[in-house]
Amino acid sequence: MENEVLRIEHLHKEFEGNVILKDISLTVHRGEVIVVIGPSGCGKSTLLRCVNALEDIQGGQILLDGVPVDRSSKEISRMRQRIGMVFQSYDLFPHKTILQNVTLAPEKVQKRRKEEVSQEAMELLERVGLADRSGDYPRQLSGGQKQRVAIVRALCMHPDILLLDEITAALDPEMVHEVLEVVVSLARTGSTMLIVTHEMAFARAVADRVLFLDEGGIVEESTNPGAFFTKPQTERAQAFLKTFDYE
Amino acid sequence: MQSLGLDVLFKGSNFLRLLGGLWVAVRISLVSVAISIALGIPAGILMTSNRKVVKGIFRVYLEIVRIMPQMVLLFIVYFGTTRVFGWNLSAEVSAIIVFVFWGCAEMGDLVRGALISIPRIQYESAQALGMDAMTSFRYVILPQTVRRLIPLSINLITRMIKTTSLVMMIGIVEVLKVGQQIIEANRKTSPNAAFGIFAVVLLMYFLICWPVSRLAVYLEKRWA
Repeated sequence: MENEVLRIEHLHKEFEGNVILKDISLTVHRGEVIVVIGPSGCGKSTLLRCVNALEDIQGGQILLDGVPVDRSSKEISRMRQRIGMVFQSYDLFPHKTILQNVTLAPEKVQKRRKEEVSQEAMELLERVGLADRSGDYPRQLSGGQKQRVAIVRALCMHPDILLLDEITAALDPEMVHEVLEVVVSLARTGSTMLIVTHEMAFARAVADRVLFLDEGGIVEESTNPGAFFTKPQTERAQAFLKTFDYE
Repeated sequence: MQSLGLDVLFKGSNFLRLLGGLWVAVRISLVSVAISIALGIPAGILMTSNRKVVKGIFRVYLEIVRIMPQMVLLFIVYFGTTRVFGWNLSAEVSAIIVFVFWGCAEMGDLVRGALISIPRIQYESAQALGMDAMTSFRYVILPQTVRRLIPLSINLITRMIKTTSLVMMIGIVEVLKVGQQIIEANRKTSPNAAFGIFAVVLLMYFLICWPVSRLAVYLEKRWA
């Protein structure tokens, strides 16, 4: 398809003899939001890390706009500029202010002009309600604020796709909402995203497509999140979703 | 009450001579620290290497430095090398060599510690932003390492200043030696000078080391 951004073909990942991911194939189109759910240890975070080549893979390939994302290639830094990633926590640079955190990579990696980058960074910070904190250091911000900055930092690179790896998992419950709201608004404005989360209501609200991963494989895939969350087809997905009910 | 023997301090140019001796001590330690930092940073980077041989060599080096008394090292370098290799090292150069041998190992270990204390996620988020190894080291890893390092290396400076009191054993006239000479010269007229002069020497060490160590505390808090 023409508007395809990311294509994963038969991805296979092992670590010290254990199979982490087996035969994962997935195509992500421009503007699409894909949510990956599944029990702890099912390999969903590893999947995102593989897409950004933070992990080596033992089989298959990952293509961004038709170009392989290869950890050993010289071009990998260039490829990674087009893949934004936000981690669970603690990934802001503690010695840089909020604004510097956002502008560092656009300036030093993409060699864009300082004024232009700063202006865009301030606009993005404004959008997530943190423009007034631009001169502060990460330690002065709450967990939720830090994650919003981390999202802005990834966005400022103009990535083709944004990977969000359990970005609210380390947050206090009252801060989860403010972060997820930012993601929902990104989804509305057409960002392409691959999201790993444990927040089921959020997954349902934001997803164009849901992938249920278990034991390293895709067990169920649905383009109708409403239907999936009400009545999953596979037994394993049913059992997993049940663990979120308190009846 | 007996006199403290402080009167000797103001006889002739005694006080200035003591200050001169203090400068010798501070000079030796500053030069040694500067060279130790310059050599210690690459040493520390090598210590984090995955190569067993490299790691092993530095491990042995560090242990040797820690076990050997500095005074023995001073004697070997100053007296020993003259005899065996015919080197004609001045006492001050010998002292600096020994201090650098020691400081480079300690500094390397501090650099190693600071480097491995940077969380992996810092490397990964730099990578995820498309930084290559050099860019991420320069803008992300190194600044954080230096911030952790400076307070620790300042402590090394104070330790070096204190240890310079050993160099009088190879004939360098630093502050402690000057004090001794003053006391000797006035033994008949002011026998109590041993107390007064050494007390002043102690105070001088304190006045040099205390601000330095406060600076370390301040930087540690500021960059914590």
